[in-house]
Amino acid sequence: MDLRAKSRELLESGAVKAVIGFKDGTMGARRPVFVRQADKAAALVFDEGCRQNLAAYLTRNEVQKMGRVAVAAGPDTLRAILQLMAERQIKEGDVLPLAMEGTEAVELPTAQAVEEHLALKAKELPAADRELLARLDAMTREERWAFWQGELARCVKCYACRNSCPMCYCGHCTMDCNRPQWVPVPSHALGNLEYHMVRAMHLAGRCVECGDCGRACPVGIPVHLLTFHAEESVHRQFGQRAGASSRLDYALSTFRPDDKETFIR
Amino acid sequence: MADTYFLPQASLDTLFAALAKDGRRILAPTDRDGRSELNPVTTVAEVAKDYVQTILSGKETVFPKVERMLSYDLAPGKVDLKSSEPNARPTVLFGVRPCEAAGFGALDAVFNWDTRDSFFNARMAQLAVIGVSCTRKDDACFCTSVGGGPGATRGSDILLTPAEGGFLAEVLTDKGRAMAALAPEAFRPDPGLAKKVVDVPAAFDQPALTARLKYLFENGIWVEQSLRCVGCGACAYVCPTCVCFDLVEESDAKAGQRLRTWDSCGSHMFTLHASGHNPRETQAQRWRQRVYHKFSYYPERYGMLGCVGCGKCTRACPVDMNLQEHLAEAAQA
Repeated sequence: MDLRAKSRELLESGAVKAVIGFKDGTMGARRPVFVRQADKAAALVFDEGCRQNLAAYLTRNEVQKMGRVAVAAGPDTLRAILQLMAERQIKEGDVLPLAMEGTEAVELPTAQAVEEHLALKAKELPAADRELLARLDAMTREERWAFWQGELARCVKCYACRNSCPMCYCGHCTMDCNRPQWVPVPSHALGNLEYHMVRAMHLAGRCVECGDCGRACPVGIPVHLLTFHAEESVHRQFGQRAGASSRLDYALSTFRPDDKETFIR
Repeated sequence: MADTYFLPQASLDTLFAALAKDGRRILAPTDRDGRSELNPVTTVAEVAKDYVQTILSGKETVFPKVERMLSYDLAPGKVDLKSSEPNARPTVLFGVRPCEAAGFGALDAVFNWDTRDSFFNARMAQLAVIGVSCTRKDDACFCTSVGGGPGATRGSDILLTPAEGGFLAEVLTDKGRAMAALAPEAFRPDPGLAKKVVDVPAAFDQPALTARLKYLFENGIWVEQSLRCVGCGACAYVCPTCVCFDLVEESDAKAGQRLRTWDSCGSHMFTLHASGHNPRETQAQRWRQRVYHKFSYYPERYGMLGCVGCGKCTRACPVDMNLQEHLAEAAQA
């Protein structure tokens, strides 16, 4: 069913309290919208301009207080929803993912339905990102260091990358801890480097590779490549991808007595 | 009354060379992989040809994202305290738009409100602004709604307005006259050039908005507008007038320093009290604060607005929080 009609139906029947989707923004952009009345559903749009990962809203206090919500979701948003379920941040019944095929919305009421839907979608990084990752891989360690020093020098620590990320849901991020202060607050060389290193490591094996962090950066730092790279190495070494399952089987925090590595036993 | 001249395009390099010879750093908009950034330049060729605005504002020249206020060495029973001096270099900010040039006034209002901030003032004393009027705009611009304009002179020491073969140059202040005196041959008599700038229609009635805000504190529009806000600091950090800062201590057992860094009212810990109470604990309250600070508290306290209508926040926002649109909505609420 068409997204607008589906949303109207869901809101009228009371099946959900809100539909999180997109509407026309300014300067050609699409913007997230929270539709809470059936007669407002006509504003919803879904096209290739709707790229933001709306799953980032699902862990917010304001949104969790709304009740059950539906989300107009492309594959990356669905992956994030599964990963959030795996990490016990959202419950299956609290969110109704609407998988978008063009402007058609398909209800995926269970985690299993989302998993099955996603199993048919190959995850492929955008060509531009693949090229830049390959270029970075081909660099010497010194060249790569120089590249990231140059990029991170522009960082102003606005945390748009963190706050846009569906997997950065910690209520009290390590960056905000000041007793003790683990990571320097200021946006100087050390503060910026430590922040982005911590974020990349924390997302290794958990990043659904939506690229929203990079898109959110006001000064255009390709920060998403850090988490993409960490995610890809987890995939290479452990054969896992974040957002493939609603059950937690996280390579970097799961212990198995039959692990092939001897050091861990 | 400003002295007006004609500055031929070719003479701009003469002016740049004279400024450099005088020991001044020139910061100007440059195009780096499609990003409009302020960077040091020495020639006019390095300046971006086609830009509406830079992403970040020029406020960093007088209010850096990090600066050291003091440092100290610690020994048993002894603290050796050292004051820090701002590294204020003679700087010319070239090519900023009239909106952004006006932004320095809003910074000055806070940094010289009570205690005169020596760091800010030392940097301001070394800064000269050569603004360039707007012949282009985009949908984020709303200078004319907040008392500015695409050819407004406030905040510029010299304002250049593009004209056939060069610029109409308005030399506005003593700092402007000092710069012009470094390259007198560059400034020709004004043949009566027309000052042609882009038209920026007013988007909302600002006095009406400011008056209306008195009654909107508990209005539901702040919740509605801010539902999609992700609570980052992009808007505050690109803003030429956002002046909030944090003071942080970086120290170990032997030495330390006190740093001033940018801060943002969008951040969830911004007004968190030591008790654990936060008077602005929801994003809606923080968003409301942003609007009120600029359009209610600033006029009340300093007799000016804390917004120059440059639209940088709108362009930088990852979720398209369009300030102009939200203000127009509030004025009608």
